[in-house]
Amino acid sequence: MLSISNLHATVADKPILKGLSLTINAGEIHAIMGPNGAGKSTLGYTLAGRPGYQVTAGGAQFDGQDLLALDAHERAAAGLFLGFQYPVEIPGVSNVQFLRESLNAQRKLRGEPPLSGADFLKVARAQADAMGMDLDMLKRPVNVGFSGGEKKRNEMVQMGILNPKLALLDETDSGLDIDALRIVGEGINRIMRKPDKAVLLITHYQRLLDYVQPDFVHVLADGKIVRSGGPELALELERDGYKDLAA
Amino acid sequence: MTDTPIKDQAARDAAAKVAEYEHGWSADIETDFAPKGLTEDTVRFISAKKNEPDWMLDWRLKAFRLWQTMDAPDWAKLNVPPIDYQDAYYYAAPKAKKKLESLDEVDPEILKVYEKLGIPIEEQKVLAGVEGARKVAVDAVFDSVSVATTFREELKKAGVIFLSISEAIREYPDLVKKWLGRVVPVRDNYFAALNCAVFSDGTFVYIPEGVRCPMELSTYFRINAENTGQFERTLIIADKGSYVSYLEGCTAPMRDENQLHAAVVELVALDDAEIKYSTVQNWYPGDAQGKGGIYNFVTKRALCQGARSKVSWTQVETGSAITWKYPSCVLNGDDSVGEFYSVAVTNNYQQADTGTKMIHNGKRTRSTIVSKGISAGHSSGTYRGLVRVAPQAEGVRNFTQCDSLLLGDQCGAHTVPYIEVKNPSAQIEHEATTSKISDDQLFYAMQRGLAQEEAVALIVNGFAKEVLQQLPMEFAVEAQKLLGISLEGSVG
Repeated sequence: MLSISNLHATVADKPILKGLSLTINAGEIHAIMGPNGAGKSTLGYTLAGRPGYQVTAGGAQFDGQDLLALDAHERAAAGLFLGFQYPVEIPGVSNVQFLRESLNAQRKLRGEPPLSGADFLKVARAQADAMGMDLDMLKRPVNVGFSGGEKKRNEMVQMGILNPKLALLDETDSGLDIDALRIVGEGINRIMRKPDKAVLLITHYQRLLDYVQPDFVHVLADGKIVRSGGPELALELERDGYKDLAA
Repeated sequence: MTDTPIKDQAARDAAAKVAEYEHGWSADIETDFAPKGLTEDTVRFISAKKNEPDWMLDWRLKAFRLWQTMDAPDWAKLNVPPIDYQDAYYYAAPKAKKKLESLDEVDPEILKVYEKLGIPIEEQKVLAGVEGARKVAVDAVFDSVSVATTFREELKKAGVIFLSISEAIREYPDLVKKWLGRVVPVRDNYFAALNCAVFSDGTFVYIPEGVRCPMELSTYFRINAENTGQFERTLIIADKGSYVSYLEGCTAPMRDENQLHAAVVELVALDDAEIKYSTVQNWYPGDAQGKGGIYNFVTKRALCQGARSKVSWTQVETGSAITWKYPSCVLNGDDSVGEFYSVAVTNNYQQADTGTKMIHNGKRTRSTIVSKGISAGHSSGTYRGLVRVAPQAEGVRNFTQCDSLLLGDQCGAHTVPYIEVKNPSAQIEHEATTSKISDDQLFYAMQRGLAQEEAVALIVNGFAKEVLQQLPMEFAVEAQKLLGISLEGSVG
C-alpha cells in the first residue's frame, strides 16, 4: 500500500529525514518509535504533504500512485489520513460542517456523488457514538474548548467518518488517561484493522501498543530507520530506552 | 489615422448634437440624459425629469450650493485619488453604461464568479447589462411564479408603502417632507450633500403603526429599481410598534462604470418599532493590480426616535475599490437599541474604512457592535467606530468587539475606536483582536480533504460567523460563498 524509498526531507533547509525506507502492506499495522527529534512527526507531515516540508531525494508510492506528486488534499482523497499530535482549533466552524465539507470534497475528487446532510449525519452519529462522544460535541466548533483527550477522540471520530485506507497516527496516545487510551485504541482497531487498510502509529511509548497490537515495530533515529522487528522490539525499547540506538 | 468622413446623415446629426451638448447647455427636457458636469442646471434637469414639486427642487438647490462650499473629508485611512466632479454624468448617462450584445462580451472573470454563485444565465445577463435582458429576466422571475402580484397585494393589504423615492415625493409629500434629511442633514458631510443635490432614485418604505411587514423587503423585488445605482436615496420609516426587515444589494458583482457611488440611507424608528437592515455590497473592486473599481462613499444612519425602538444594521462588504461607510444609530428614545454587525473583506489593492457610530442620547439605551475585518493581498481594512454617551443618558450600555483577520503579510488592519462618555453610569466594553490564518489551520483542513481555497473560505466563514448568522437565510448562504470567492488567490 505504501512504499517509501530512501526518503530525504528538509524543513527550513534543515535535513530531517535522511534516507528513510519503509514498506507497509494492506492489512498491516506498523509502529514507529524513536527519541525526540528523530524525525517522527516530520515523516507524518512529509507524507501528508504539508507545505514547507521539502522532499530532496527519494520517493513514496501510495496505492500505485506517486504520493509526492499530489497536493495535501489530493492525498487525503486518495485515502491518506493524518491523526494530529496537536489537533487544531477552527473557531466558528462546527465539526459537522467541517467534516461534511471535507468528506464531500474528497468524494468529489474521487468522482463520487456528495453525501446529503441526512446521510452524513447518520454516519457521523454512528462514529461519534462508537467513540463515546455526544452529539453536542459534533455541533461545537472544531476542537475549540476541547480537552486534550477530547481532541484525540475527535481525531478518531474524524478518521471513522473519512474512512481512509492508510492512517498515520502521530502520537495519538499523548495526553490520554488510561480510559481514554483504551477507547482510542479500540477505535483504531475497529476502524482500521481490516484486510484492505493499514496503519502507521508514531509513538514514544509502548502503552498504546498494549491496545493496538502492531505487526512490525521500527526504530527511527536521526532521520533513518535503524532497526525493525516484531512487537517484542517495543517492549525491549520500553525497558532499555533509545540510548544504544541513537548513536 | 486620418479622420474618417462622416457619410451617414443620421450619424452626422448625432455628432452635431453631441457637439452642441459639449459646448453649451441646451435644456431639452425630452432627452434622457444630462450632459457631463455638475452645475445648478444639472440639478434642475434632474428635478424636472422627475416632475418634482418646487419644494423638492429648492431642497436640492440648497444642498447643491452648500456642497459647493464643502470639502471632501480626508480623515479616513484611505488613499483617494482626486475626483473630477465635472467629468461625470449625473443622470442616466447612456454612455457611461455600454449595452452589451451578449454575455460573450463580459469580462470572463466576472462570468466565473456568476457561475460559482450559481446565478441563472438570464439573471447573469441582467447583472452584466446585456441588451434587452432586464425585461426577460424580470418576466421570468415574476410571471412564472406571480411573485410580484402576490407581493404587491400582500403589502397593500398590510398597508405597507413600498415605492421608489421619486414616486413617494409625488404621492406622499408630507411623509417625505417630514423625514427626508432629518436623519442625515444636508450639511452632514460632503458626499451626503452631493447626494441631496443629485440623487437619481431610491426606495421609500413606510410601515404603519403596529404592522409587522409580511415579508423581507428587497429592492430586487421592486421592478422599477433599475438605474438607481449611482446616487441612491433610501428612506424607511417604521411607525409605532411596527417591524420591517429590508435587504439591500446583491451578492453578484454588478457591472457599473459609474466610478463614484454616494448613497444616503435614512431610517426612522418610532416607539417600539424595529428595523433590520441587511446589506451585501459587492461592487466591482478593481482588478488584481488595483486598476478601476468603484468608490463607495455611503452615508447610512438610523434615528431610533421612539422609546424601546431598535435598529439593527448588518453588512457584508466585499466589493468596491474604496469603501467609506459608517452605518450609525442615533439612540434618542429611552431604552432604544442599536446594533451593528459587519464583515468587511479587502483583497488585492482594495481599501475599506468602515464602522459605525452609536450616539446614546436616551436613557438606558444599549448598543452592540461586532465588526469582523478580513484583509488579504495588498489591501487595507480599518474599523472606525464612535460610541458617544450624552450627559443626560443614564444607564447606557455598549459592547464592542472588533476582530481582524490577516491573510499574508502585505495587508493591513487597523482599529480606531472613539469613546466619548459624558455620563458616569455608562458601561462601555471594547474588545479587539488581530489574528492571522495559521498554517496549522490551513494544513489541518487540507489534510481532511479541502483544497487550499476551500480551506481559506471555511476558516474565514467561521471567523465571520457571528455576523453572518444575523443575515436573513437567503442572504446568508450566498454571503458565505461570496467570502470565499472574494479571497481567492489570496493565499499561497
